[in-house]
Amino acid sequence: MAFLDRAARSLFLTELLGGMALTLRYMFKPKVTINYPYEKGPISSRFRGEHVLRRYANGEERCIACKLCEAVCPALAITIEAEPRDDGSRRTTRYDIDMTKCIYCGLCQEACPVDAVVMGPNFEFSTESREELFYNKQKLLANGDRWEAEIAQNLAAEAPYR
Amino acid sequence: MPKLTIDGIEIEVEPGTSILQACEQLGIEIPRFCYHERLSVPANCRMCLVEMERAPKPVASCAMPCGDGMVVRTNSETVLKARKGVMEFLLINHPLDCPICDQGGECDLQDQAMAYGFDRGRYGENKRAVNDKYMGPVIKTIMTRCIHCTRCIRFINEVAGVPDVGAVYRGEHMEITTFVEKAIGSELSGNLADVCPVGALTHKPYAFTARPWELRKTETIDVLDAVGSNIRVDARGPEVMRVLPRVNDDINEEWLNDKSRYSYDGLKRQRLDRPYIRQNGKLVPASWAEAFTAIAARLKGLPGNRIAAISGDLADVEAQFALKELLSRLGSANLDCRQDGARFDTSVRAGYLFNSGIAGIEKADVILLVGTNPRWEGTLVNARIRKRYLAGGVTIASIGEQRDLTYPYSVIGTGPETLQQLVDGSHPFAETLRAAKNPMIIVGMGAFQRADGLAVQAAARLVGEAYGMFRDDWNGFNVLHTAAARVGGIEAGFLPGEGGRDVHGILDGASKGEIDVVYLLGADEIDTAKLGNAFVVYQGHHGDAGAHRADVILPGAAYTEKNAVYVNTEGRPQLARLAVFPPGEAREDWKIVRALSEVLGTTLPFDTHGQLRQRLMAANPIFGAIGEMTPAAWAPFGAQGPLDAAPFVTPITNFYMTDPISRASVTMANCTEALVGPAQERTGTHG
Repeated sequence: MAFLDRAARSLFLTELLGGMALTLRYMFKPKVTINYPYEKGPISSRFRGEHVLRRYANGEERCIACKLCEAVCPALAITIEAEPRDDGSRRTTRYDIDMTKCIYCGLCQEACPVDAVVMGPNFEFSTESREELFYNKQKLLANGDRWEAEIAQNLAAEAPYR
Repeated sequence: MPKLTIDGIEIEVEPGTSILQACEQLGIEIPRFCYHERLSVPANCRMCLVEMERAPKPVASCAMPCGDGMVVRTNSETVLKARKGVMEFLLINHPLDCPICDQGGECDLQDQAMAYGFDRGRYGENKRAVNDKYMGPVIKTIMTRCIHCTRCIRFINEVAGVPDVGAVYRGEHMEITTFVEKAIGSELSGNLADVCPVGALTHKPYAFTARPWELRKTETIDVLDAVGSNIRVDARGPEVMRVLPRVNDDINEEWLNDKSRYSYDGLKRQRLDRPYIRQNGKLVPASWAEAFTAIAARLKGLPGNRIAAISGDLADVEAQFALKELLSRLGSANLDCRQDGARFDTSVRAGYLFNSGIAGIEKADVILLVGTNPRWEGTLVNARIRKRYLAGGVTIASIGEQRDLTYPYSVIGTGPETLQQLVDGSHPFAETLRAAKNPMIIVGMGAFQRADGLAVQAAARLVGEAYGMFRDDWNGFNVLHTAAARVGGIEAGFLPGEGGRDVHGILDGASKGEIDVVYLLGADEIDTAKLGNAFVVYQGHHGDAGAHRADVILPGAAYTEKNAVYVNTEGRPQLARLAVFPPGEAREDWKIVRALSEVLGTTLPFDTHGQLRQRLMAANPIFGAIGEMTPAAWAPFGAQGPLDAAPFVTPITNFYMTDPISRASVTMANCTEALVGPAQERTGTHG
């Protein structure tokens, strides 16, 4: 009997028709794919993307060279050098993040006492060469200026949980 | 001997021991801020409170002497609560700026707040703010952080002996200040930042440059004076970030002078990082092979008596020993490690050592300084004399210049004739010396850097003999050297050999054309104009006077960049260790000499540092006793001769700049400007 059953199914192409029916059903359902890069999915306010260095509203950089992020970084991706600025305040002369080493654990932003280094919502920073991923202070501050609005919103959303 | 019980453990202690010290003997940790074991006890921070039976309230353990039958508890509920309360009060006015504070990571307040404090603040009012004070070129102040432990005041008044720091106003309004806006006039001011338990006083040159957790710590010794202070060099990558003292009760206790502490920035400037050869009057970069070939070409066929070597103040024992071996193979006996031109007898060890040891100063009851300004020539020796003075019952006198030595003393003469009078007993001070139990004489280089140096040395010995300074249990004859390389050079035999010339003879010979090649091993203090037309090889680490005159420069390593032996003025060999690597093509000094010997065709018989050390020990067994003083046997030294009536003058005119490293240092230049020279002589009417 089993032989007859199999032969009949093959003869009447039931499996093919079943598959085509499924395809047809999906044609009338709403699509789950998005038209990246023109459309993007939602991301969490806790998303850990590309690093930025933020500034205060008056344009003063937040980072005070306490080196806690450098100390906490498990991948040793951060390098900081500091000295007194002309006005006597403590500032970095060098703030490098090696994005090829970074493991995106987010400990640096947790360690930062002034919310200077933050992992922003940007995840589209692929480059053509490895060297471009060695971020310096200038690049990080530029990132900060670019993403400030989103980051401020995210931090405000997360504030109750910190 | 009082017997007491601490946390259920019985302990018997020396009378006068405080409870805190007794706890330390038991290994019980008592938190404290104001208590410092080398300073007086003010008991004003209240952090060390402990509970004592039959006492109405917790007692400050640092100030409470142990009594018989006391029962003390250091971990009861009351004690923990008391500590929490004290900590909360301290933190009321302490700013929460740890992230920008240089003390962060090594701060007593930070650590103890973590260990003993409350985990949140309850204080919502405004905090106190205090204006920062100017304390000179090496101490940075952030006075808002001050917790009024008064350690700095006690240090500067007691140990440094320069009452420049004090407190004004009372209670919460109390401020630590220098009274008038001025730099602290002490060579020990860097220690203020060390004793400060918080970040109120920090090191200005180190400001914001590094964090303690990222530094590589190397325990080594200091060579910028002949005291041989024990230090810790903190480095990050290829850079020395700071220098801190290490505890060694025989030498520097736990203090360090400002020159040794802050001249490390000189290690990064003016460095020789590759060999140079002079061509057509100009120094041109060269390779090691070219430099060696140039030297070999010049030395070829030269008789030994036309070759000479002088070693400088920072040269290590290994390099001097290797160079001595090389020169003897070349047939030369013209070598001298006394580049300052000092004349003294080196045949008897006791004649050129600080025989009593620096710690021995504490046993002396009469101290006679001869031609020395210990404050500048050996700051920590001076601090030890002051410590002896504070203990009481000591008479200090000086033959030489009148200087502020931070303790009272009388100037009993200016020149060698006073020594003569002491020998024959005609001087009034002879009575004091005769009555002394442990008399001590400290002779400085100012007494030897004269034509009659040998006679002065003999006169000083006769003074010692006349007043019982040489006994089986006491040797009070002390020579205070100014250069770390000197005693090591003498012990390694870097001295004129049979028929050889000393430094005066070498310079004379070079200017007269009797010497053709002079090898300078870091010698910069000589008069380079006297080198005449000699072919000068300079081996050293800084582009200073010697390198400017050189025909071939061989770049060597500074004291933080090599493993080497140095012998301090007590005759105590100590190890300097490699903290960072020498810059560029520079190499350890003995290796350079060894490599050169190969090119010259007289290869020295050692290939490794170990083999060289073995030979050193074979040549002089004292090099085997690292860190120990080998007592020197007494025998007559010096040479009787006519004494010059000229007064003794100290050889150091500027404490902050005595060697190539400190001359290259910006911090030392700032100190010189603030503390030495014309700025100090202003009277207030200079506009």
